[in-house]
Amino acid sequence: MNNRSVLKTKLVASPYIVWSALFIIAPLIFVVYYSFTDAAGNFTFDNISALVKYAPTFLRSIWFGIVATLICLVIAFPLAYIISQKTEKIQRTLVMLVMLPMWMSFLIRTYSWMALLQDTGIINTMLGKIGIDPIHMINTSGAVILGMVYNFLPYMIMPIYSVMAKLDHSMIEACQDLGGNRLTVIRRCILPMSMPGVVSGITMVFVPSVSTFYISQKLGGGSFDLIGDVIERQFQQSYNYNLGASISLVLMVLILLSMAVMNRFTGDEEGMVI
Amino acid sequence: MKKRIACALIALVIALAPCTVASAAASQSDIEALRGTKLYVYNWGEYISDGEDGALDVNKAFEEKYGIEVIYDTYDTNEVMYSKLKSGGVSYDVVIPSDYMIERMIAEDMLEKIDFSNVPNYKYISEKYRNLAHDPTNEYSVPYTVGMVGLIYNTKMVEEAPDSWTALWDERYTGNILMINNPRDAFAIAQSILGMDYNNESPASWRVAAELLKEQKSVSPSYVNDEIFLKMEAGEAALAPYFAGDFLTMYDNNPDLAFVYPKEGVNFFVDAISILKGAKNKLAAELYINFLLEPDVALENAEYICYASPHTEVYDNPDYTYYQNEILYPEDGKFKTQLFLNLSPEILSLMSGLWDDVKNYVPSAGSGYRSLFFGGDGMNPSSGDGEGMTPEAKRYALYIVIFILICLAYVVFRYARKKYRENV
Repeated sequence: MNNRSVLKTKLVASPYIVWSALFIIAPLIFVVYYSFTDAAGNFTFDNISALVKYAPTFLRSIWFGIVATLICLVIAFPLAYIISQKTEKIQRTLVMLVMLPMWMSFLIRTYSWMALLQDTGIINTMLGKIGIDPIHMINTSGAVILGMVYNFLPYMIMPIYSVMAKLDHSMIEACQDLGGNRLTVIRRCILPMSMPGVVSGITMVFVPSVSTFYISQKLGGGSFDLIGDVIERQFQQSYNYNLGASISLVLMVLILLSMAVMNRFTGDEEGMVI
Repeated sequence: MKKRIACALIALVIALAPCTVASAAASQSDIEALRGTKLYVYNWGEYISDGEDGALDVNKAFEEKYGIEVIYDTYDTNEVMYSKLKSGGVSYDVVIPSDYMIERMIAEDMLEKIDFSNVPNYKYISEKYRNLAHDPTNEYSVPYTVGMVGLIYNTKMVEEAPDSWTALWDERYTGNILMINNPRDAFAIAQSILGMDYNNESPASWRVAAELLKEQKSVSPSYVNDEIFLKMEAGEAALAPYFAGDFLTMYDNNPDLAFVYPKEGVNFFVDAISILKGAKNKLAAELYINFLLEPDVALENAEYICYASPHTEVYDNPDYTYYQNEILYPEDGKFKTQLFLNLSPEILSLMSGLWDDVKNYVPSAGSGYRSLFFGGDGMNPSSGDGEGMTPEAKRYALYIVIFILICLAYVVFRYARKKYRENV
């Protein structure tokens, strides 16, 4: 490559580099800076050591995130498979239907779940009409996980679907020729080949589920915190940027670690039989 | 409705004749010079008459009168407003914080002294609400609304009318209790029960109050703010502490609701208009404050907001919907009230830490914990309770470990199988 084209490449890339420096690297530096300083700007480990008391909240958030991700995976995989088997025209419509709820604000969608689930809400009113005792749903951990699954399901369906739609059909035919029944074809051929989609789907659902805060406030009644609630409160209410930043930092590290572990064990075994 | 239209007409007349209320200090030409400028106002949500249902649109009327454009934003808690202002990046001229926040902002040099010669309508503010503890010399703030927190209950859902804050701890209403999702207000309720001063600076007493709030967890309250409207109106909850003025709004939509000022005492608040330090349009801000105190404008606002007004021309006006309303304007001294004052930074950070503990606390079923406060057992809560690993946290930890073990086992299994197949 001659000098001119190197310069050209740099020039073309510069807006993106500036963009990432400003809006990705700089905020991260701020997070790290605030985590290790006190309100007066002096270096301290107090914020990190204060996190011990938030351990239960961390555990709860991570567990809820795992459950929501697994439920999303169980729903999304067959759905993505079904969509990918349809003709192209139907596929487009179905994909649009999956995306449709996202045209409306996330906040409004969660708020409407509150109206659906509450004791005097639409579901319980209907149950009452047909003579079934109302079921208490709002303000339970189930409601929070439902909210997560509902809100983040498209993020699981889309990556899996986009991988499945591009699968090499000759592989599937080969599998069938070798005597595989439907289940075997899915298990030994389609699932391993769509692993990249599954992995990115898991990432895209797990990360927002662990750090969400609005869902737990509205559907959980604010009676138990997720770590996102604690972070939000430090910034909005307590004006304690340092503690908020240190919780975010630890959360970020935890998520990065789990992502790294997952990629380590799925990346090199891609295409292997489940 | 007729009255509202009449008020709107009066306001229009004022708007068309801008010279009628010339201010003493600022000359007419100064005011004229402000035409075309902008005034940035930061107020609570739903806290100004906005022209709905034929009421007066206060901001629009101000714009018409002075030719100053009002840029209006809202917030939902004092703390959000404070964080926004503190973090920089926004600049407003006028804000309407509550008492304790005003004191804090004065202490942190965030407010500008108001030139009262530009606010002649200040004369309408009742003596009762001037020079209160948060602004003792009354140089920084002009009372906008006042009110008290009380207990709202659904008469169809409670067995007997409550008269005490302890109803919010009553096991009979488990799952039907709402609690304010704001540390200061929540702590005030616990402090009332315990007979404490809301503004005391003793860390130990805040810890005791936090223990009481943790104990409330056994009746699984929902922590909410403005959803209280939705939930109480729908009959979703039996009891909720909230502001008297908001009760009147809820009552319009659900006549089963009732309101009581609990006997232990309640928080009395003043939301007051202030000018921020560095306001770019200070004279316009003073004109705005004066405009809000015009008797007809103040009346429109009082009708819209439903909170009590400190404005003599409003509460002495027999045409006012809530004229001598005993919920908004109870007799003086009928029950104990306390004002919130600013707390020291240590207590503030202790309070937010304790509040995190309360929110995270999960009561262990069947523990004899409940008798701690109401069983007459005395009050000496074990310190540091709620921190560290609760049974619930241990359960989640166990789940996560099992999950990781399953994943690990699977990886090992696949590895072993791979090796086995290679050998075969």
